[in-house]
Amino acid sequence: MKWINTKNNRPVRIKDIPEMAMEDLRAQIIKTCRDGARVISFFGMPRGPRTAVYAVLADDEASRLYLASALVENGRRYPSITPEVPQFHIFERELYEDTGIMPEGHPWLKGVRFGHERANRESTMERYPFFTMQGEEVHEVAVGPIHAGVIEPGHFRFMCQGEDVHHLEIQLGYQHRGVEALMVKNFRRSGIHLAESIAGDTVIGHACAYAGAIESLTGVEISRRAQSIRAIALEMERAAIHIGDLGAIANDVAYLLGNAVFGVTRTLVINTLLALTGSRFGRGLVREGGVAFDFTPELIKEFIEKLAKVYHDVNLMGEAMFEMASVLARLDHTGAVDPAAARDMGLVGPAGRASGVDLDVRADHPFGIYRFYPVHKRTMGSGDVFARAYMRYIEIKQSIDFILEQLDSLADDRPLLQKAGKPAPDSFAVSMTEGWRGEIVHCAITGRKNEIVKYKIKDPSFQNWYGLAYAVRNNGISDFPLCNKSFNLSYCGNDL
Amino acid sequence: MFETLKIRKNQGAQAIPDITKAEIRKPFRGLPYLDGSRCGRCEICREICPVGAISLKPLAIDLGKCIFCGDCQRLCPKGAVSFTNFFKMASTSRDYLVVDGRKTGEEYLENAVNARREITRMFGSSLKLRQVSAAGCNGCEWELNASGNPNFDMGRFGIDIVASPRHADGILITGPISENMAPALEDAYMSTPDPKVVILAGTCAISGGVFEGSPALNREFLKNHPVDLYIPGCPVHPLTVVNGLIRFLGR
Repeated sequence: MKWINTKNNRPVRIKDIPEMAMEDLRAQIIKTCRDGARVISFFGMPRGPRTAVYAVLADDEASRLYLASALVENGRRYPSITPEVPQFHIFERELYEDTGIMPEGHPWLKGVRFGHERANRESTMERYPFFTMQGEEVHEVAVGPIHAGVIEPGHFRFMCQGEDVHHLEIQLGYQHRGVEALMVKNFRRSGIHLAESIAGDTVIGHACAYAGAIESLTGVEISRRAQSIRAIALEMERAAIHIGDLGAIANDVAYLLGNAVFGVTRTLVINTLLALTGSRFGRGLVREGGVAFDFTPELIKEFIEKLAKVYHDVNLMGEAMFEMASVLARLDHTGAVDPAAARDMGLVGPAGRASGVDLDVRADHPFGIYRFYPVHKRTMGSGDVFARAYMRYIEIKQSIDFILEQLDSLADDRPLLQKAGKPAPDSFAVSMTEGWRGEIVHCAITGRKNEIVKYKIKDPSFQNWYGLAYAVRNNGISDFPLCNKSFNLSYCGNDL
Repeated sequence: MFETLKIRKNQGAQAIPDITKAEIRKPFRGLPYLDGSRCGRCEICREICPVGAISLKPLAIDLGKCIFCGDCQRLCPKGAVSFTNFFKMASTSRDYLVVDGRKTGEEYLENAVNARREITRMFGSSLKLRQVSAAGCNGCEWELNASGNPNFDMGRFGIDIVASPRHADGILITGPISENMAPALEDAYMSTPDPKVVILAGTCAISGGVFEGSPALNREFLKNHPVDLYIPGCPVHPLTVVNGLIRFLGR
């Protein structure tokens, strides 16, 4: 075995991670992925004049994580893994952009985010090498970076034959703020605050992943009550966004009642989260060592009442919307991603589950309170906009049931918030969380003086953006907004 | 059809009738209150503040830097820092956002927004804005979308977000302005016909927030163009947005 075997939130020492030649690491990766593992993190970090490349693979059946590394001379090339294991495509693009180590034979080796610290400053967004297409009835549509609505910026280039999209190329990077570098530089002062702003719609998801990484490095086990409160907030976040997205999907098919009703129902969820945390997005709640706010008996009662109303309203609205022929006509068979393609691309979260990819960190690599209250994985098979919308509908109800169960069995142990000490030196921690978009992975590496020397973030959008590009192929260009909303991916989660 | 009517009846009327009188419940963190007499000069608040929003001599918080995380309130051993639920924090002056923490909400509001005559005359009954997210994390973006939803409904005041800068009376910026987004922001501004306003929504837009000092940002835009309104918050609350805008328009 050429890998070190670990689990979610169980750090290993750097010196215990097997180190091999890049060609050997590649061979190991291909072999292990053929046996059913999947990549969750793959990045480089400078070590003297060379670069240490780390690979983290997940064995979801066994709840195991495998780590290995290669020490590579800067400017070296190696044969790309992507032709053998397609899910590596975006990870290899990122590795090349960040370090300059070139995967030879990669089919589309283009920039991922044009980060400030990219290896090649000559590679700029203005010179992005878009695919082109020629022929009769062929035309291109360029959209963005600024979009018509109030959303984050990104550029979409549609290559169309008449009304049909032949290919969509998505160029991102506009949102790059340098989060990973700031994480290292300002770790002590603002690590958790940065984590809350990696993607402002996934405050709890990323904060939990960050806290998990730091707590596992400092050896803190937070109280059961704090674990439950985190999970309640995580499920509130999931329910709120899913409800908001169902409203947005309704809006895109001109079903305005759905848009209005889901919109106000979302308000009720996030205002209830405000009652606990003082923020509609749960900012300030998750802190290293626990949580900063507690439930009073009155607040528990209020949560139960409000969530009962949310469940009732979502159910009433959902049953009507998903039975309406004019809505279904737009959702059915639109933007379909078949299960085999979804697996090849490495889709995660509800977008993956809608295509039958049964991945859910809460069940596969359980963390916090999910270790004691398992979540049942739900999947669908058609992979179209309907499946991605209906998946959300199922998950809203699942989240509310989970919250009610937690509120009913909230442990009484303390403290709510413990002091986190120094992180262990020379260690590597992997922390995974199931955010509402899917699998969030944070990797933290510490140095000799207990400091953070590398912080690597993977938002589920990183893998799923390509799923959107694939979904719109051979669909009418007018269905793009609908496909886009059914995924609702994060631009800053990708751009960091 | 009966199903639709049932849903309508179940929802009732959702709009907040008088948005100027609406309140946000506690423990929402709005305008901070600083009790100088309790302050023990331990400087913990200044040390732990992730964005350097607190200065001590004299005690002051910069609402343009504050991310309202509440850590100072929780960690102050003397209970000298507290956040009130007063949310009407928008101001036409950047300097005004630095508060000594002794004002009540009403006192703060008195001089916060200077509704200039040229603004109220030109845009008083209709303000169309082009929103540009310049590396905004999607928190402020969600809240700006919510400002138009059936609860807050800023459209009733003639305030809308429009698709093209050509149709807009101004630019509404969120996010700390990344280097990669700076050219597009400049383009959008130049495409907006004169006269036009610039409004900053959220801490990141106003000061850079937690990203301040990152080499991946480029905030030149703010040096070259005047800003007309600052709306603090992390993210901005829809009530802060809507109330700030209608005061700005002299409504």
